[in-house]
Amino acid sequence: MLTVRALYTEYATPRGPAVKAAQDVTFEVPSGKFFTLLGPSGCGKTTTLRSIAGLERPVGGDIVVNGKVVYSSERKIFIPPNRRNFGMVFQSYAIWPHMTVFANAAFPLEVRKNKLPKNEIREKVMRVLTAVGLEQYAERDATKLSGGQQQRLALARALVMEPELLLLDEPLSNLDAKLRDRMRFELKRIQRELGLTTIYVTHDQGEALALSHEIAVMNEGRIVQVGSPRTIYEHPRTKFVADFIGTTNFIDGIVLGHEEAAQRWRVRTPAGDMLVQTDSALTPNMRVTVSIRPEDVELSETAGDASGPQNLTSGLVDQKVFLGDFVDFQVKIGDFILLSRAHPSLRTPIGEKIHVRMNPDKCVAIPDDGAARAAA
Amino acid sequence: MQAGGQAPASDARVAEAASGPGAGMPPRLQGDAPRVDAQWAILGSVVAVTAWLALVPLGFLVWQSFLTPHSARAPARFTLKNYIEAYTSVETLLLFFNSLQFAIGAAVLALVVGTALAWVNERTNTPLKPLFYALSIIPLIIPGILFVVSWIMLASPKIGIINLVLQSLFSTDHVFVDIYSMSGMIWVDGLHYAPIAFLLMTAAFRSMDPSLEESAMMCGASMAQIARRITLKLAWPAIAASFLILFVRSIESFEVPALLGLPVGLRVFTSSIYDAIHAYPSNIGLASAYAITLLVITMAGVTLQSRVTGQGHRYSTVTGKGFRPRRIDLGRWKYLTAGLFLLYATLVVILPFCVLVWSSLQKYYAAPSMAALQTLSFDAYRTILNYPSAGTAVWNSVVLSLGSATAVMALTAVICWIVLRTKIPGRALLDNMASAPLVMPGLVMGLAIMICYLTIGGGVYGTIWILFIAYVTRFMPYGMRYNAASMAQLHRELEESAAMAGATWFTAFRRIVLPLLKPGLIAGWIYIVIVSVRELSSSILLYSPGTEVVSIVIWELWQNGQYVELSAFGVMLIGALFVFVMVAQLLGKRFGIKEA
Repeated sequence: MLTVRALYTEYATPRGPAVKAAQDVTFEVPSGKFFTLLGPSGCGKTTTLRSIAGLERPVGGDIVVNGKVVYSSERKIFIPPNRRNFGMVFQSYAIWPHMTVFANAAFPLEVRKNKLPKNEIREKVMRVLTAVGLEQYAERDATKLSGGQQQRLALARALVMEPELLLLDEPLSNLDAKLRDRMRFELKRIQRELGLTTIYVTHDQGEALALSHEIAVMNEGRIVQVGSPRTIYEHPRTKFVADFIGTTNFIDGIVLGHEEAAQRWRVRTPAGDMLVQTDSALTPNMRVTVSIRPEDVELSETAGDASGPQNLTSGLVDQKVFLGDFVDFQVKIGDFILLSRAHPSLRTPIGEKIHVRMNPDKCVAIPDDGAARAAA
Repeated sequence: MQAGGQAPASDARVAEAASGPGAGMPPRLQGDAPRVDAQWAILGSVVAVTAWLALVPLGFLVWQSFLTPHSARAPARFTLKNYIEAYTSVETLLLFFNSLQFAIGAAVLALVVGTALAWVNERTNTPLKPLFYALSIIPLIIPGILFVVSWIMLASPKIGIINLVLQSLFSTDHVFVDIYSMSGMIWVDGLHYAPIAFLLMTAAFRSMDPSLEESAMMCGASMAQIARRITLKLAWPAIAASFLILFVRSIESFEVPALLGLPVGLRVFTSSIYDAIHAYPSNIGLASAYAITLLVITMAGVTLQSRVTGQGHRYSTVTGKGFRPRRIDLGRWKYLTAGLFLLYATLVVILPFCVLVWSSLQKYYAAPSMAALQTLSFDAYRTILNYPSAGTAVWNSVVLSLGSATAVMALTAVICWIVLRTKIPGRALLDNMASAPLVMPGLVMGLAIMICYLTIGGGVYGTIWILFIAYVTRFMPYGMRYNAASMAQLHRELEESAAMAGATWFTAFRRIVLPLLKPGLIAGWIYIVIVSVRELSSSILLYSPGTEVVSIVIWELWQNGQYVELSAFGVMLIGALFVFVMVAQLLGKRFGIKEA
């Protein structure tokens, strides 16, 4: 459906050399899927989205939608945004304040080349306004809408043109937390019902995990990992991905060797020797970082049984913070502090000994940057 | 989001493919020959017009300043004589001194009056404030020449009402005030520009966070200490910038030096330029040399001012926003400040207007007295309605002001769009070109345009078109300010979403950008209409019989000594402008954008 190949963008600054934004960005989105570009601000995700939209002109690469080339540096093709027929929801919603709700939504149909008859426009607009729950506000001034309603109007305006591609640029970031949660479901529902291929840009990992079929994590202009939300979360391939998505413990270690019996690698760490899994090629004596999520660090007051390969150790409770639906423990193992998220029923007092269990499947070894580059 | 998230939506190829017949079919190649379409035709012609208006007359002015007078016997030759003459005479030194004294004096007076009033109005609980704010705007619509004339009637040594009243009071023939002097010039010019200082400083006080003053109060500072050590210090950049603006305005001002200085031989640059042109034989080369000196001074002033203000504030508007400042309770002192308000209003609005009304009701000019009260008549109004050039002048002024206001706002809307929304190389230059006429004093502009169109011909000189060109050039910077201020507030995504919806550049501009700019467009349009009607200093060099405008008629009436007719004309003019502003604001409110 959408193919982006070797996309490079840069923009001129008033002084100094051009700043490079997207670097060699390549990905593919199958039809009807919800694809998210995730990364911190300045990582090039918005520039990539705007290049797909045609609002930005890349300096190199290809963008193909439905077999139609919309941009190709080699073949010197650039289709302007108003000819691409992609719907887009902007971060600011970009609701035109001088028009009514209806006029905003009807605009795409009024400016297209082969204009529809008036009653047909009316029918289409009302259908899409109904879909987003704004039908009773059609004649209202667009500025009289609340934030969430404006957001839905922006979505309606993007949907009314029956776009080939729906582009969403941080559409939820201007809403308050409660509303954001509701709109997240709404967005997912509409996307699924219409089967629209959707590209979503966000810096909020929660949003990305909740909405997407596939996520591309970007950093410093490059895609660092593409995968399903679960893969990204459970098998981060770099320290950056592990750190950016959710909270995690990083434990420095040195690879001891492969344990054939357990099909796991053994790593020496300040928290003791551990069995870990990895997607990377490891060699003995390699420096790695082991990432384990706090909720995967299991605590108990009694020693656990070692059925199957397990990382078992013990430490002292150093700090704990009660957060209602869970308790965060800081457990001191030797000099190392391990963060664990436990059920609130665990009430071990500070200073007491506690047993720690870490499933090797959840312990991910990531080669350190230098080592990874040397290996590659 | 990112600084680079700016769309090259203006890019040539974008528009090309957008309106190309091949759109929707296999995409066009970038390398194709550029096609003429709406966007490029409009953008290209706007750039060309701006460059022509801003640069060409200036070039001619510089060129002329190096030439000898052209006469039937000898053609013009290259010479440095104009500059030598202008710079070696003692008189030039005196001219320089006079000009600076006048401009600095008037700027300081305007600034002190304006700042004090703005502080009282913004920061204290003085009564009558709403009335005062409205009153403070009125002087802006009184043409400068009428203000000067009314002050002559008030304070001239022979016929001035103030002198006559004081003389009869103390039964002496001592002259108490003499308007024909440097202090008289500073007084009139300073009062005339005080409203501008008031508006500038009001904006400065409004945009100041009151919590900064409140925290000083919590530290135990007294009201005077706060005013001196916090408020004034914080307002310092605004004060410095306002001073420079007022300085430039004063040094450019023509009416005051011409009417008050020339009769007693007090010359400044503007009046000397006028004199050099109107001498016989006219010495345009010398006038150009003076003009370029004046231009250098104003350029220095404006450059310094934008330095002080900083680049970011270059487009700052007069309307402040944001904070709701705390008002200081003045207690009993508030009656004093209210008294100061009234005094100011009397000096700037009430006295000048009343004296004009009085004089307009006389047959021959006479100071107010019981005897003169017996002879009130509407003869002057009757005369002026039958005055041969008055009707033409009114018609010309109406056509010119409406036409140039419309042209300026349309032209600068596109310029601002190019400057703020595109990445076309050289857009900063375009911005500077369109703002450049700001440093050109009206008289210098008139001179430059006169030389330009006399030299290249084309039949423009002597028609109303040359005035139109002058007005558009002169007021282009104002249009830039109004449009840039409102376009800066327009989120880029509002246009981008139109492009995503499938609209072409032209459709997006017409249906999204222009309607959203409407409040700014209307405000700027009204302002330019008013300043066009008041315009004298460019027109005076460019008009010819049949193309007079209202300010020229007033000038002529003054030269002819027809004071009562002048007053009648002035009263009607002020009335008409007042009605226009009221109606325009009403319409603007009704058809303006509905604010959220």
